[in-house]
Amino acid sequence: MVAEVSDGKLAGIAQELLGAGRRLADALGEELAAAVLGSQVGDSGTEAIAYGSDKAYVIDDPLLASPQPDAYAAALEHLCRDVQPSILLLGKTSLGIEVGPRLAFRLQTALGSDCTDLRIDADSKRLIMTRPVFGGNAMLEMACADCFPQMASVRGKTQAPLPRDETRQGEIVNRPSGIDASVVRAKFISRNKKAVEGITLTGAPIVISGGRGLKGADNFKPLKELGDLLGAAVGASKAAVDEGWVPPEMQVGLTGVTVTPNLYIAVGISGAAQHIAGMGYSKNIVAINRDPDAAIFQRAHFGVVGDWQKVIPAFTRKCKELLEK
Amino acid sequence: MPLNLIVCVKQVPDWEAPADTFKIDPERNKVIPPPNIDPRISLFDEHAIEAALQLREKHGGKVTIVSLGPDFAQRAVKQAVAMGADEGILLKDPAFEDSDTYATAYILAEAIKKIGAFDLILCGRQAADWDVGQVGVGVAELLEIPCVSIAQKIEVSDGRVMVERLVEGGYDVMEVALPALITVSNEVNKPRYPTLRGIMAAGKKQIPTWDAAALGIDPAHIGANAAHARVLKLYVPVHEAHCEFLDGDTDEEKGEKLALRLREAKLI
Repeated sequence: MVAEVSDGKLAGIAQELLGAGRRLADALGEELAAAVLGSQVGDSGTEAIAYGSDKAYVIDDPLLASPQPDAYAAALEHLCRDVQPSILLLGKTSLGIEVGPRLAFRLQTALGSDCTDLRIDADSKRLIMTRPVFGGNAMLEMACADCFPQMASVRGKTQAPLPRDETRQGEIVNRPSGIDASVVRAKFISRNKKAVEGITLTGAPIVISGGRGLKGADNFKPLKELGDLLGAAVGASKAAVDEGWVPPEMQVGLTGVTVTPNLYIAVGISGAAQHIAGMGYSKNIVAINRDPDAAIFQRAHFGVVGDWQKVIPAFTRKCKELLEK
Repeated sequence: MPLNLIVCVKQVPDWEAPADTFKIDPERNKVIPPPNIDPRISLFDEHAIEAALQLREKHGGKVTIVSLGPDFAQRAVKQAVAMGADEGILLKDPAFEDSDTYATAYILAEAIKKIGAFDLILCGRQAADWDVGQVGVGVAELLEIPCVSIAQKIEVSDGRVMVERLVEGGYDVMEVALPALITVSNEVNKPRYPTLRGIMAAGKKQIPTWDAAALGIDPAHIGANAAHARVLKLYVPVHEAHCEFLDGDTDEEKGEKLALRLREAKLI
């Protein structure tokens, strides 16, 4: 599995991939190795072992300091040709989205994009990958034909990490990246993180999202107020982003952020498969929509059929009252 | 400097069609197209066409559309021409059917080689049917040109492209030299509607069709038999609907009841 490092620490998605990788390796009776790539990766190799790896290939190179897919693809190609893994897992991150296909093409193998479930077929010992297709309307089970490594990019928050265990034993192998600056053709210039007001979507315990039914940018204000009250992050459907009411980083859905909060409140969202793909795994889903036939109610645990402009202020008032008790 | 632009487009089932029109043939692991809903250009590909048209308006040059698919894909090419593209080519051959990601990128790359000189290739970040998101990047790999994916902004000057690439919580600025390939996300622009004049022009436009022989492709390298990936099962997930509706005489009352119910369930 490919372990991304962020600010000298193992990324959250890497812990999830280690959990998934451990389960697959145990099913096959094979070894799990982590490819820890980055620059100044700190103790990420030891951390990868604590989270389930038998081995960590630590590739620490200044060329991997910035998120340049060219450099990561080349370093991983070098590693894969050398160690010949049977399975290679990547995270469906902005880096993984580009590195995955590049690597699959170079190694002439198949890559299952955006997998939500992985298992080993008991008879053939092949990796079976399950992924949502047609905007989440259908699920596809696929496998690689006779090609290796069997590659999967894995959607965040779908695989449970193992508890961190410092006593786990494993081997750290420091390796050169095997690449030079000439491999970098798309050059990284700068990263621009937008300061998001309030709580960030990923990892928020409660998420409140607004959709096309909100009918304007100003109408996200009551959602933000409710968010502040409940300690919730505010998201949006693709429709609201397309209308220009909110910035793209607030988009929950297939081409936006995936969230799995304890409580997801969908306001004025019809429930297109595109949107469900980004929040369908939330533990509790509340839908508020005027249309009783809206698809979102098929996925909701609690529903209110009504005008959100009347429901939300009353809901907010009552929440405030209850929380002040 | 005028730009020679190529856009790869795909015709897909209408992704905005109601969910209950979505049907699967479980025997063949294929999607059954809904009878009364026409297929259309894949969502992100429309944005790729628009990006190419805007670059041509700014720098001059030419926009060529390439589409791989059966006869109905010609409509996608014609629609792109109606939006303002200069030329269109349809890649069609029974041997192309059931090609996987790798073979599809290979056919497109061979077609682009046949087109000849180009500065920039634009693709959608992923198709709105199988949501794979590999073909664009794969074409760049096969043509051995630099690539930037998931662009929300593209600016060309002096043979170089500055691209804003969407990442978690913001964007990265990336720089590449031409020729290059860029895959675009929907944030990049708002696609225009075809004009009446465009539709008339597209109606008259000859769309050449290239088959495997025209591209010099060995059929052994494409189609189902050459696939690296195997489809095992395609199914519609079943979700048990057990939504608890909060009732009330007014919407306000429903809102209050919702708060009480969520509190009771210890969710807030």
